[in-house]
Amino acid sequence: MTLAFTSKLSPIARRRISVFRQNRRARVSLWIFLVLFGLSLLAELIANDKPIVMQFDGQWYAPLLVDYPETEFGGFLPTRTDYHDPFIQEQLKEHGWALWPPIPFSYQTLDMQMMRPSPSSPDSRHWLGTDDQGRDVLARVIYGFRLSVFFALVLTAGSLVMGVLIGGIQGYFGGKTDLVGQRLTEIWSGLPVLFLLIILASMVQPGFWWLLGIMLLFSWLGLVDVVRAEFLRARNLEYVRAAKAMGLPSRLIMWRHVLPNAMVATLTFIPFLFTGAITTLTALDFLGFGLPPGSPSLGELVAQGKNNLHAPWLGITAFVSLSLMLSLLVFIGEGLRDAFDPRHIQHAQSVTPLTRTPPNA
Amino acid sequence: MPESHSRDLLRFDKLTIAFDGVPVLQELSLEVRRGETLALVGESGSGKSVSALGAMNLLPDNAQVEGGRWLGETDLTRLRKRDWQGLRGGRVGFIFQEPMTSLNPLHTVAKQIGETLRLHQGLSGRAARERARKLLVQVKLPRPDELLDAWPHQLSGGQRQRVMIAMAIANDPELLIADEPTTALDVTVQQDILALLAELRDRHGMGMLFITHDLNLVRRHADRVCVLYNGREQETGPVSEVFLSPRSAYTRTLLEAEPTGHPSPVPAGAPLLSARDVAVSFQRPKRLFAKRPPAFVAVKPMNLHIAPGETLGIVGESGSGKTTLAMALLRLTPCDGEIDFGGERLDRLSGNALRKRRRRFQVVFQDPYGSLSPRLPVSEIVSEGLRFHYPKLTESEVLQRVQATLHEVGLPADCAARYPHEFSGGQRQRIAVARALILEPELVILDEPTSALDRTVQKQLVELLRDLQTRRGLSYLFISHDLAIVRAMAHRVMVLKDGELIEEGDCRDVLENPASDYTRALVKAAGLRADA
Repeated sequence: MTLAFTSKLSPIARRRISVFRQNRRARVSLWIFLVLFGLSLLAELIANDKPIVMQFDGQWYAPLLVDYPETEFGGFLPTRTDYHDPFIQEQLKEHGWALWPPIPFSYQTLDMQMMRPSPSSPDSRHWLGTDDQGRDVLARVIYGFRLSVFFALVLTAGSLVMGVLIGGIQGYFGGKTDLVGQRLTEIWSGLPVLFLLIILASMVQPGFWWLLGIMLLFSWLGLVDVVRAEFLRARNLEYVRAAKAMGLPSRLIMWRHVLPNAMVATLTFIPFLFTGAITTLTALDFLGFGLPPGSPSLGELVAQGKNNLHAPWLGITAFVSLSLMLSLLVFIGEGLRDAFDPRHIQHAQSVTPLTRTPPNA
Repeated sequence: MPESHSRDLLRFDKLTIAFDGVPVLQELSLEVRRGETLALVGESGSGKSVSALGAMNLLPDNAQVEGGRWLGETDLTRLRKRDWQGLRGGRVGFIFQEPMTSLNPLHTVAKQIGETLRLHQGLSGRAARERARKLLVQVKLPRPDELLDAWPHQLSGGQRQRVMIAMAIANDPELLIADEPTTALDVTVQQDILALLAELRDRHGMGMLFITHDLNLVRRHADRVCVLYNGREQETGPVSEVFLSPRSAYTRTLLEAEPTGHPSPVPAGAPLLSARDVAVSFQRPKRLFAKRPPAFVAVKPMNLHIAPGETLGIVGESGSGKTTLAMALLRLTPCDGEIDFGGERLDRLSGNALRKRRRRFQVVFQDPYGSLSPRLPVSEIVSEGLRFHYPKLTESEVLQRVQATLHEVGLPADCAARYPHEFSGGQRQRIAVARALILEPELVILDEPTSALDRTVQKQLVELLRDLQTRRGLSYLFISHDLAIVRAMAHRVMVLKDGELIEEGDCRDVLENPASDYTRALVKAAGLRADA
C-alpha cells in the first residue's frame, strides 16, 4: 500500500492504463498505429533511391548518409550519384555490391527505366503503381503518412497548450477577463483562414513550418470554448473553494484541481483536432495551397486520383490510407477519453465500497 | 389468483427488486389504505425510493422487479405499457425530492400543469388554465393568476414544491407518492407543505406513501410507519406504537440517533476571531443605458467574536446569509468591516500574506460529494495544504502526518490510496475534516457539515467534532439549520434571517427561551425533544 502511496501519481495512472487496456478496439488501434508510425519514421530505410550500404573496390560506402560524387564510382561528372543510372548499376555489379532498401525509390524519385507510360498500374517493380510523374506511390504514401502525422502531432500539441492556457485563464478568473477575452477570440475566429493561406501562398512559398504556424494561429479557437466552460463550472466547485481556503495559489489550483476536470472534455476534443489537422492539410494539398510541389502529401495523391480516373490505384490508395489513419486515430482517442473519465474507472474496477457495519444483527 | 383487499389502496406482496442480480429490496410487504399516510423510513440506500419507483415500473431496464403489487383492484404486474401511462399521473400522483430540477425550466407553470390535464383529462386552452388556477388556489399559492405565467426560476423552493403538488393532484389521484417531498426545504416551509398534503389527502380521500429519512416528520405527519434497513423491512406499525416501543434493534438505534449532549464548557478568554460591522453586498447587473439597481445586501453589518476553544453556532433558513457570512470571514468573498484574527487585521491582508495566514483558519463544506476532488486519492487531498504550507517536509514526514490525521478522524489506514468515490458520505466528511485538521488550524468553519448525512452518521460526526475540540482546543464556527445538532455542538448561537442578526446568546438560553418570534417559530418547527 505504501508503495503505491509514495509514487505520487501512479495509482491513478495505473487505473487509467488498465481501463485503456480493457478497451480492445482502442488497444489494437494504438498498436497498429504505433507500428505504422514507427515504420514510417524509418521511411529512409524502407523506401529510398540510394543503397543503405555498399562496397565498391573494397571500400565501404554509406550513400544513405553521405552524398558521393559520381566520379567515385567511375562516372564522368562530379555531381551527386544517381544510383539508378544503368552505367552506375553496371559499375556496382562489377566492382562490389550494394544493400538496397525494400523499395528502391524515394518519394520524389522519377523512375527513368520505366517501360510503360505513367501513371503505370501496380506491378512487381512498383507495388502500388506510379503516379502521373512516374514516382512510386507506395514510397509517397509512407513519407506522406509520416508527414501528416507529424504535422498533426505538432499542431495538436500547440493548439492544446494555447487553447487550455487561454480558455483556462478566461474561465478561472471570469468577469472582465472573460468578457474581453471572449470578444477578442470572437474577432479572431472571424478571420477567414483559407483566404489568409491563399494570400500568403502568393507572397511566400508556404513550407511545412509556415503552414503549421498559420494553422496554429487559428486551430486553438475550438478548444477555448470547451476549456473555458469547464473552468467556469469548476471554479465554483466546493473542492476548488476548499483549496482556496487552504491558501493555495491560483496557478496550483488551476493545475491540480481544475485542469484534470477540464482534461476529459479537452481529450474528447483531441481526436477531432488531430484528424481535423490531417484533413485540413490534405485538403490544402488537394487544392494546391499546401506544401510545396514535390512534397510527399496524401492530398496531392487524392488530387492525382481525381485527375487520373483511369488509374484507380491512385484514388484507392489515397482513400484507404487516409481512412485507415483517421479511423485508427478516432478509436485511440475514444479509448483515451474513456480512460480519463473517473466514472469509467469505477465501472471497470468494480470497486468494493467500504461496507457499513450494520447496527444490529 | 391472490385476493386483494378492497380497503387497501396499494398493496405489495413480497416485493423484491434487484439491479443486475444485486438485490436492493427484499420481500417487502405493505399496504396503504385510503385516507391514511404510510411513512417509509430508512437511511439513504435502504431501498425506500426504489420500492416506490419499482412498484410503478419507473426503474431502468437493468432492474428486476418480482412479487405482487396491486393498486386497488388492479394487478400492477399485468399492466401493459399503455395502461401504465394512464395510471401514472392519473390514478397515482408523484412528488419528488428536488423541487429545483423536477420542473422543466423552459415552461411556465400553467403549461406544465396544463400538460398533465391535457394528457389525462383532455382539457386544453381556457378550461385547462381555469383548472390550473383552481389547483394553485388549492395548494395555497399566493397570487395564483400571476404565478400561472411564472417560470420555475422565479419561484422559491417551497413554491415550486407546491406547484409539483398541484401537478400531482391535478387528476384527483387515489394514491400520492411523496418521495422526500420536503428534504430540500427549510424547516418552517416543511411544516406548511406537509400540513397541506395532509389536508389534501383528507379532502380527496387519497392514500399517501410518504418516503422520508426524517423521523421527526414521521412522528407528526404519518399514521403508520414501515422501517427499512438495507432493503429489508424491520418493522411496520402505527406511528405511536413504533415510536414508543420499537421492536427491532435498528428502529431503536434510529430513534436514539438524535445528537445529544453538549460541548464541554470553555474558560472565557480574549477572542480568537472578532469581526466588527461585517457586511456583504452583491452588485446587481446593470442593463445597457439603465441606472445600476441598488446592490443586494446579503449580510447586514453585524459583530461577532469567537473565543479559543469555543463553538459559535449560526442558525437560519436558506437565504439568511449564513454561508455568505462564513465566506466573508474566510476572505473568500469581498466584504466590508473589520476582521481581526489572532491580533491581526485580516481584512487588510491580501495576496501571499493572506495565503500564508489561511493555514490558521480552515473550512469544511456542506456537500461531502462536491468538496473532494474526484481525481485525487485521499492522501493527495489531505496532504495538499501541508505540502504547500510546509514545503520543507520530506515525503515520509508528510505521509506520517497524513496517516496520523486520518487515524485521528477515525478512518482506516488503508484509505490513503483510495479515491473519494469509494467512500460513503460520512466517511467523505471525515476526509474533509482531516484535510482541514492537518494544517493544525485554530479555527474551523463548519458549513452545514452534517446536512447531507443520515441521522446515525450525523451523530457520529458531531461526537468526533466535539472530541477534536476538547483534544486540540479548536474554535468552531458551526453553521446549520438543524437546531438539534446546533444544540449538541454550540456554546453560543446567532440566529440570522435575511442577512440580519435576529438574536444572539448562550445556546441553551436561546433555544429554550427564544426572545424573538422568528426563533420561536424555528424552534417549534424543529420539534426539539426535551433536553436530557
